[in-house]
Amino acid sequence: MRTADILSFAWISLAAGRVRSLLTLLAMSIGVAAVVVLTGVGEGARQYVVGQFSSLGTNLVIILPGRSETSSGSPSTFIGETPRDLTIGDAVALQRLPTVKLQAPVVAGESGIARKGLERRVPVLGTTASLLSIRHLHLAAGRFLPPGDPRQSRAVCVLGVKVRQELFGAQPAVGRLVRIGEHRCRVIGVLASEGRSLGLDTQEMVVVPVAFAQMLFDTEKLFRILIEGRGRAELDRLKQQVLALLTRRHHGERDVTIITQDSVLATFDRIFSMLTLTVAGIAGISLAVAGILIMNVMLVSISRRTSEIGLLKAVGASNSAVVRLIVTEALLLAGVGGLLGLGLGLIAGRLVEQIYPDLSAAPPLWAVGAALGTALLTGLLFSLLPARRAARLDPVLSLAKR
Amino acid sequence: MIILEEVNRIFSVGGQEVRALDGINLQVKPGEYISIMGPSGSGKSTLLNLLGLLDRPTSGRYLLSGSDVTGLDDKQSARIRNKTIGFVFQFFHLIPRLSAVQNIELPLLLAGIPPRKRREKSTAIINDFGLFERRHHKPEELSGGQRQRVAIARAVINSPSLLLADEPTGNLDSKSGLDIITLLEALNQQGLTLIVVTHDLEIGSRARRRIHFLDGRIVADS
Repeated sequence: MRTADILSFAWISLAAGRVRSLLTLLAMSIGVAAVVVLTGVGEGARQYVVGQFSSLGTNLVIILPGRSETSSGSPSTFIGETPRDLTIGDAVALQRLPTVKLQAPVVAGESGIARKGLERRVPVLGTTASLLSIRHLHLAAGRFLPPGDPRQSRAVCVLGVKVRQELFGAQPAVGRLVRIGEHRCRVIGVLASEGRSLGLDTQEMVVVPVAFAQMLFDTEKLFRILIEGRGRAELDRLKQQVLALLTRRHHGERDVTIITQDSVLATFDRIFSMLTLTVAGIAGISLAVAGILIMNVMLVSISRRTSEIGLLKAVGASNSAVVRLIVTEALLLAGVGGLLGLGLGLIAGRLVEQIYPDLSAAPPLWAVGAALGTALLTGLLFSLLPARRAARLDPVLSLAKR
Repeated sequence: MIILEEVNRIFSVGGQEVRALDGINLQVKPGEYISIMGPSGSGKSTLLNLLGLLDRPTSGRYLLSGSDVTGLDDKQSARIRNKTIGFVFQFFHLIPRLSAVQNIELPLLLAGIPPRKRREKSTAIINDFGLFERRHHKPEELSGGQRQRVAIARAVINSPSLLLADEPTGNLDSKSGLDIITLLEALNQQGLTLIVVTHDLEIGSRARRRIHFLDGRIVADS
């Protein structure tokens, strides 16, 4: 038989059982639509999270003093020497590395802040102008720490929104003086409310120049150094360069720990991919159900058409031709259902995007292919049994029926 | 045309063997007109199904047009059913979804003949059979006689050499029954070998050669 004839014959047969065919079509398209929508949303969520991470600065490298390993075989352990501290000098030296775009030394501590008898204790962060860009912070008013030599201590500060609110209320804060510890200090800016950074609530925080903080807390050591690399691709090289430089500066001692956000990001990426696959798998079950429905439709239609199948054999259809006819009917159902479902899924994805504009709900190409492929495959698999049953029908018996 | 040698067909029904055909020897020459009669269960329909390659003998040999067709596989026998054998049934067996033309063209469709050629052949036969007016009607819109005409057209559209009719008038009133048997006889006049299975003595006695069956054996052949 010619393919076109097989198709048109199958089409006519499906059209004859219109209600049954339509219901199966519906089931199939819902299954495919579910796969398309759920993978689309899952993939969109993954991209959203990855995007959010990137905006936080995926090129971020954090240097902590001390090695993360508890025991090192180095001689210093025997001599009882504590690891060398990170210093502003280290931070300045790092800036000269070609892979480093920006660096910000950080000193952290807690101190009292007071104005006109109002006093409270706040976390104080000593750093440089670069932090603004590295941590993607924004200002609500005034300006951030001025650029310049980080060793130079200036009595200026930038307040978190809540701190400003508590000390100044409705009055403007920029330009006024406050007291931090024993030192008078001029407010030059107010941070916008931004959530957390470095594990601190930016709303409750006070930012001062790093040298001022060292004086305030009477320490030379840095809490950590933040580095923004020039590109994600170069992060490994950056890590090596940083390590080499600091080891040299610390007299051959590897006494720092380097953390990148890449590892965190990779974990999230894996979790979301897994999630998308799981959801797709669950949606896939509905495809299997649709497949069983197709099998049911084919079985019913065959039992109603036994004499017709006998007749087809009598006028020259081989068993394989009968199988081909039945399977084509099922594939036609599955294929049309799959395409309908794809359309439905894409429309639903658009709706999701209308409701959550941040989320891209476009299904990944593999999901579209997989959904259509599964639809056709279930059509094929679940029609093989009915088709073979039809082919095995004894033409003599089936023709004996009216 | 047809040679059957010691053909047996044994069914097992509920563990019991039933000899539907019991050592049948039969020769049919090309262009013959044969009626097969006998009570129901005597084996005449079984013979017709064997001759039409819808069934296989349990033992014995079947030669069709000089070649042994006893052990052919499904594909080969389907091909012979398509090209050399035409079937006419008591209950017409038209496909209800298809129009008269589409039903008539079915064997051509199965043979993979392109639409234009199909239309050419079917148009000729439809005109011959006086079905032109009704060619686009569905079977349910046709009278019994018209349905059987469509079925006969379908049986002969591939120009077979053997036409097997199982009670072709059994479901028709006597007038259209006569009509149909005359049509079949006309086809036989043109050289088609015609074998008719029937209960109806009046129809059966029209054939030049009459075979009577009883309990799976040929009891009379004249």
